[in-house]
Amino acid sequence: MTTLFAGRETRPVRFALWGAAWLLLLVFYAGPLLLIVLASFAGQWNGALPSHLTWRHYGQALTGDQAGSLWASLATGMIASTAALALGTTAALALRGARPAWQRIGSLAFYLPSAVPTVSVGLGLLVAYSRRPVLLNGTVAIVVLAHLAIVSAFAFGAVQAGLARLPPEYEDVAAGLGARRFYLLRRVTLPLLAPYLGAAFNLAFALSMGELAATIMVYPPGWVTMPISIFALTDRGDTFEGAALTVILAAATLLVLGGVARVVARAGGRARKDRRAR
Amino acid sequence: MTRSWRGPGLGAPALALPALGLLASVVYPLALTAPTALGGGAPGRVFATSWFQAAALHTATIALAATTGCILLALMLGLVFAFLPFPGAGLVSRAIDTVIALPTFLVALAFTFFYGSAGVVNEALMALLHTDIAPLAFLYTKWGVIMIEITVYTPFVLRPLLAAFAQIDPAQLEMASSLGAGPWRIVRGIILPAALPALLAGGSLCLLLTVNEFGVLFFIGARGVITLPLLIYDKAIQEFDYPAACAVALANVALSLSLFALYRAVLRRLAADADV
Repeated sequence: MTTLFAGRETRPVRFALWGAAWLLLLVFYAGPLLLIVLASFAGQWNGALPSHLTWRHYGQALTGDQAGSLWASLATGMIASTAALALGTTAALALRGARPAWQRIGSLAFYLPSAVPTVSVGLGLLVAYSRRPVLLNGTVAIVVLAHLAIVSAFAFGAVQAGLARLPPEYEDVAAGLGARRFYLLRRVTLPLLAPYLGAAFNLAFALSMGELAATIMVYPPGWVTMPISIFALTDRGDTFEGAALTVILAAATLLVLGGVARVVARAGGRARKDRRAR
Repeated sequence: MTRSWRGPGLGAPALALPALGLLASVVYPLALTAPTALGGGAPGRVFATSWFQAAALHTATIALAATTGCILLALMLGLVFAFLPFPGAGLVSRAIDTVIALPTFLVALAFTFFYGSAGVVNEALMALLHTDIAPLAFLYTKWGVIMIEITVYTPFVLRPLLAAFAQIDPAQLEMASSLGAGPWRIVRGIILPAALPALLAGGSLCLLLTVNEFGVLFFIGARGVITLPLLIYDKAIQEFDYPAACAVALANVALSLSLFALYRAVLRRLAADADV
C-alpha cells in the first residue's frame, strides 16, 4: 500500500525515510534487546564487544541461589492465572444475563483494579494481612494473592471482550431448539469462547511472570520470583547472570504463551469439527 | 467498549465467588490504606514535604515526556510501516508488539548493556574518541528513564494507530495525490485526522501506565529521580514508615484513577463519534 507517494517517490527519498525508520528501530529496540541476549552469553567483556561467548551464566542462573526462582515464578503464574481465569470467566458469564445498569457497574468494578498502581496493591496487602483477623504476611499465599489482584482484571476484560465478539446465531439456534441454560453454556458458549479464554490466560500468565512492583512489597524470603532474583543479581554486580535469567524469563513466558495458543487452537478446531459432524 | 455482550449467562448468585476474590485481593487491602494513612496523621505531614512534591513533579514530567515520545515514535514508525513498508516491515511491527508481553524491567536492563557507562555505545565512542570518560551519561538520569519508557509503551500507541491506518481508503489517498497534493499535505489533511482517535486513546493509556511505572525506575536507580510508586516502596520497605507510604499511595491511586476516568471518557467519546 505505497499510496502515500502514489509510487512516485524517488529512490533517495524512499531510502532516506527507511534509513530514519531503521535508525529509530536500532536506537529504541534492536540495539538494547539484542545486547541483553549477547550479554547473557558474554565470557569477558572489556571492549566494545565480549571477547568470547559462554553458556556459563545460564548454568549459574539456574543452579545458584536463584535455582528456586524459576519454579516460584512458574508456580505463582500458573496458580494466579488459573484462578484469575476461573473468577474472570464466572464474573463475565454471571454479568452477561444481568440488566444493563448492573452490567455497567459490575464490569467497572471488576475492571477497575487494572487502573490501580501495582505498588499500592502490594502495600495494601502488606498492611491488611500483617494484622488480624487474617495473617498472611510471610507466606506464599500473599504473593499469589498479589498476582491474582493484578492479573484478574485483565483476564476478566479479555473474557468479556470475547463474549462481545461471539456470533449470536449458534446460541439463538440452540436456545430455540430448547437447550437448557447450563447445557447451552457448556456445549455452545464455552467452546465458542475457548480461543478468548486462551488469550485471557496468556495475558494473565505473561503479566504474572514479569510482575515486580507488588511482589517486591510482599514476598517472603523462601519464595523469590524471577524478577526479584534478576534485580538481586544485577544489584550485586552479577549483570551477565542477571541477563541470562532475564532471557530465561522472556523465553519461558513466550514458550508458555505459544503452547497455550496451540492447545486452544486445537480445541477450537475440534469443537468446530464436532459441530460439523453433528 | 459498550458493545453488547448480553446473552445467556450464569445467574447473579455466581457473582459471589469472583466478588469474594475481588474483595480479598483488592478492596479490603486498599480500604485499609486510608485509615493507616489517616491514623498516623500522615497526609498532612507528607503532602507538605519537599520530597513528596519533588516526587509528584517527577512523576508528572516523566509521564508527560514519555507519552509525547511514544506518540511521536509510533507516528513515525506507523507511517513507514503502513504507507512505505520496507521488506520485512510486517515482521518488525509484530516483533515490536511482543514487547508488550515482556516485563518493563527487561527493557531497562537491556538499555544498560547498550547505553550504560560500560555499554557498547559508550565503549565504542571511548575507543573512537580516545578518552576514558563515557561520553553518553544520560541513562541514569530522568532522560534515560523517559527513553526506556518510550520503548516500553510505544506499542500501546502503535497497535491502534496501525489499525486506524488500515481503515483509510487507499482510493482517497490516490485521489488526493492525483489532484496534486504532496505527501505532507496528505499526511496532514487525511492521515493525521483519521489517526487522531487512535492517538488519543493510545496516548491516554500511555499516560496511565507511565504514571504507575515502577520496574524501569527501580532497575535504573537514577540518582534523585524518585516518582510516587518508587517513593511508596522507599517509605514502606526501606524506612518502615507505613503511614507515610499509605499517604503517598492514596495520592498515587487518586491520580491513577483520574487518568483511568480520562481514558474511559476518551474511549466513550470516540465510540459515540464512530456511531454517528
